[in-house]
Amino acid sequence: MRKLWLILPSIVFMTALFAWPLVSGVLQAFSGSGTFRRMVDDPYFWEAARNTALLIVALIPLQFALAVTMALLMREKPRFAGLHFYLWVVPLAISDLAAGLVWLSIFTDRGYLNSILEKAGVESYAWLSVENPSTMFLAVLIAELWRATALVFVIVVAGLQNVPREYDEAAAVFGATYWQRLRHVILPQLKPSLQVALILRTILALEAFAVAQALTGRSFPLLVGETYQWYYTLQNPNVATAIALVVLTLSIVASIGYLRLMRP
Amino acid sequence: MTGRRWVIQLLCVLVSLFMAVPIYLITLAALSSRESLDRFPLPLLPTSLSGETMTTFLRSTGVVGGLINSITIGLSTVVLSLAIGLPAGYALARYAFRGKDAYQIGLLLTRALPIVVLSVPLGRTFLDLGLYDTTYGVTLLHTALALPTTILITSAIFLGVPPEQEEAAMIFGASPLVAFVRVVLPQALPGIAASALFTFVLSWNEVLGASILTLGRRTLPAQLLATLADSPLAFRFAGGLALVLPALIFIAIVRRYLLNMWGTTLR
Amino acid sequence: MTKVSRRALLTGLAAAPLLSACGGVSTTGTSGSGGVTLMSNQFSPVEEKQRFEQILKKAPVPVAFNQVETGIFASTLQTQVEAGKVQISVAGALHGDLAPHKDRLTDLDDLLGTLGDRGFPAELTDLAKLGGGTTKYIPWMQASYVLAVNKKALEWLPSGADVQKLTYDQLLAWATAGKAGNGGKPILGIPAGVKGLYHRFFQGFLLPSFTGGQITTFRSAEAVTAWEYMKELWAQTARASTNYDNLQEPLQRGEVMVGFDHVARLVGATGDFIMVPAPTGPKGLGYMLVLAGLGIPKGAPDPDKAKQVITALTTPDVQLEVLKQNAFFPVTNAKVPADLPGAVGQASSAIGKQRQAPKGILSLPPVGLGARDGEVGQIFKNCFKEICLDGKPVEQVLDAQAGELNKILAELKIPCWQPDPAGAECKAL
Repeated sequence: MRKLWLILPSIVFMTALFAWPLVSGVLQAFSGSGTFRRMVDDPYFWEAARNTALLIVALIPLQFALAVTMALLMREKPRFAGLHFYLWVVPLAISDLAAGLVWLSIFTDRGYLNSILEKAGVESYAWLSVENPSTMFLAVLIAELWRATALVFVIVVAGLQNVPREYDEAAAVFGATYWQRLRHVILPQLKPSLQVALILRTILALEAFAVAQALTGRSFPLLVGETYQWYYTLQNPNVATAIALVVLTLSIVASIGYLRLMRP
Repeated sequence: MTGRRWVIQLLCVLVSLFMAVPIYLITLAALSSRESLDRFPLPLLPTSLSGETMTTFLRSTGVVGGLINSITIGLSTVVLSLAIGLPAGYALARYAFRGKDAYQIGLLLTRALPIVVLSVPLGRTFLDLGLYDTTYGVTLLHTALALPTTILITSAIFLGVPPEQEEAAMIFGASPLVAFVRVVLPQALPGIAASALFTFVLSWNEVLGASILTLGRRTLPAQLLATLADSPLAFRFAGGLALVLPALIFIAIVRRYLLNMWGTTLR
Repeated sequence: MTKVSRRALLTGLAAAPLLSACGGVSTTGTSGSGGVTLMSNQFSPVEEKQRFEQILKKAPVPVAFNQVETGIFASTLQTQVEAGKVQISVAGALHGDLAPHKDRLTDLDDLLGTLGDRGFPAELTDLAKLGGGTTKYIPWMQASYVLAVNKKALEWLPSGADVQKLTYDQLLAWATAGKAGNGGKPILGIPAGVKGLYHRFFQGFLLPSFTGGQITTFRSAEAVTAWEYMKELWAQTARASTNYDNLQEPLQRGEVMVGFDHVARLVGATGDFIMVPAPTGPKGLGYMLVLAGLGIPKGAPDPDKAKQVITALTTPDVQLEVLKQNAFFPVTNAKVPADLPGAVGQASSAIGKQRQAPKGILSLPPVGLGARDGEVGQIFKNCFKEICLDGKPVEQVLDAQAGELNKILAELKIPCWQPDPAGAECKAL
């Protein structure tokens, strides 16, 4: 019975603040007809869906590789570990709004990147132009990598704590190479942390749009950005809710997928 | 072996540069005069510094009030989400119960929904309850946003604490609560700290819900949001720095705490 | 050490909720009672906002100026009025932003009656009825769109063209010659960013100039010509335009030399600029009126003070002060002095020329679209995206978008507004 009392407050709280407004919001939104037709006929919808998928598929593996590498580097106790750790964690506290502005100062046509190129005698390049969709994508990818890797890093570092050094050292004594130890000792122990980080990051990645919007306006639309566009600028909550439900479905599918995939 | 050390040092420096250079550049941009930002190529060294845009920006109405509100809401959110989330995270880690999967999925589900859809119904309820335009209302919303991550992160942390130790403590006569506080909590503290950190940051950075649920008592980012969008680039950079600076200070404060906690791994 | 900092942190955490015992700190600059709240989505740039706060200090009652984004403006107004707990006394926004809230605003016929000496033009007070029978807002300020030109660009102006009386063909020739002369770098820019107002260029300038209408002629043969023209013009336009929310900055930085935008988003550009009227097309010189108004939400606190604030904001002094400071033009008979400072004076003369052009075609902001105003604007943006950016065939795009347009209009069943003939139900023919 004790477990019920432990969980009940969270259920009550989430019902009051999420489930109830959600249901009333959705019911109201779906009083209109032809909402889904409207959504799929919009020229931005499919582009946004494609961009969202592309971004997640490219971002998540890169981000995890980087975060795990960073955590392992930290484990090697480098010089100035404190300073490195500080710099690596800082983006964690930076909002997507601010991160967008930070990278805008770099990628904008007369920004710092082009200034560096110009000084090096290279022709400057329109990184964020609609004509260069690949560099536009790359800019968003790098900015997101910068902004959100810290979260994965922190979770992985916390998880590494639970990997006893003795196992690792024992494996080393028996002649296991670093890669063997990583693959067979460290990573399996990190699994619960990685699973949480993976689900969290995917959901948060589906939600992130402020960086892309700051850098590219609506030239690189993302699904959640479209929700806001429909809700605020176009004042059509019906279509906004429909897109929100698509995002929700994608998140659920991804989360269940991860849970299944990583089940022991 | 020394070669390997060098590679490690080099990689660390590279990652640090990737993280630090953008912050240096936004600082430079925010502290440059408006005229020097119109020049091209932009100077890469702080040669023409000017606090002009930054001061104009910080002098605009409500920056100090917004800062106080943001801190209040952030800390209250941490307290409230831990108070509700820790027990749930613990239960999730320790017990098998019916509907556990549904509960977890349900939590995730809430996090995956763009809050814009919730804004109007929630705003109406808060108006009726007298919570509209108060820090309490925003705290409630932010706690709802943070709770899923708090519960999931802490449950992963509690999973890492062997239940045998806790059982041993209870065999020696400790009550479940004492066993939890004396045995489990100390080991779980780094993870809880990480989760609290994450919650505070989430609350600090959340703009849209805070903008909708308040009018005259804004959080700092909500206060800046409208201004940022339409102001000249110089002011947007100044606003960018104004949002980055608290992050630098905040992490500087928490880092020592985190490093102490993570002692063995990191030092 | 560890113990101490931990304890300090925990104490801090415990104390936090106590700090917020009063529900938070005011961020609007006025605290306590006696003041009224003016919520607006105008004057968002930080300096404009600060200048307007100075102007408001002269109001007879303390006014808290609450500057918010358009979306938040809408949802705040909606939520507060629907819940019957209104905290906003005055709502100030563009005609199109107020239109969705027609039923949430009180009737202001009595206030308008007391402001007889202001001399509001009849076309503005008609718009302020929002398609109904009673006055829903008091006109506040107006603006239009013009071309800003860096004098350096004049060297590429085609021979025989008068920059004050451009045609669309000359504009294209100019942009083409400018791009060629500038080493392949386009000189023309439009505000086609996510917050840019470029749809107004199509709705109020390009299409009326080519077709004489906006909605009824949406997929006419003339409209096809207009969009084919736009495609050619886009080929000579700066690609970075899709990142421009306003043109002031790209003009000032010299990224572009000729730009079309809202005057308030142009006057801040310092340097060697002139402002000229929009070009003329086959049917005439299409131009659009931008109107902002002040309304009082139903159930607003202190409606009498709210009316005092509105009265104060329409006095000649304040109207001219807003013009000088923030480049929005009077809606009253306030006499605009001839010696206006640089950019504002230029803008004033360009707008005057637009209004007095012999073949001028005035477009009003859409009347009676209500909450669908944004969606109708988006249809013009979609046309631009699909025709100019994605390179789809013009007729096909116009037919598809006309279908969407008519779906919205069929639900609304409203008469057309200028320049389309006000007659039966409005739709794309």
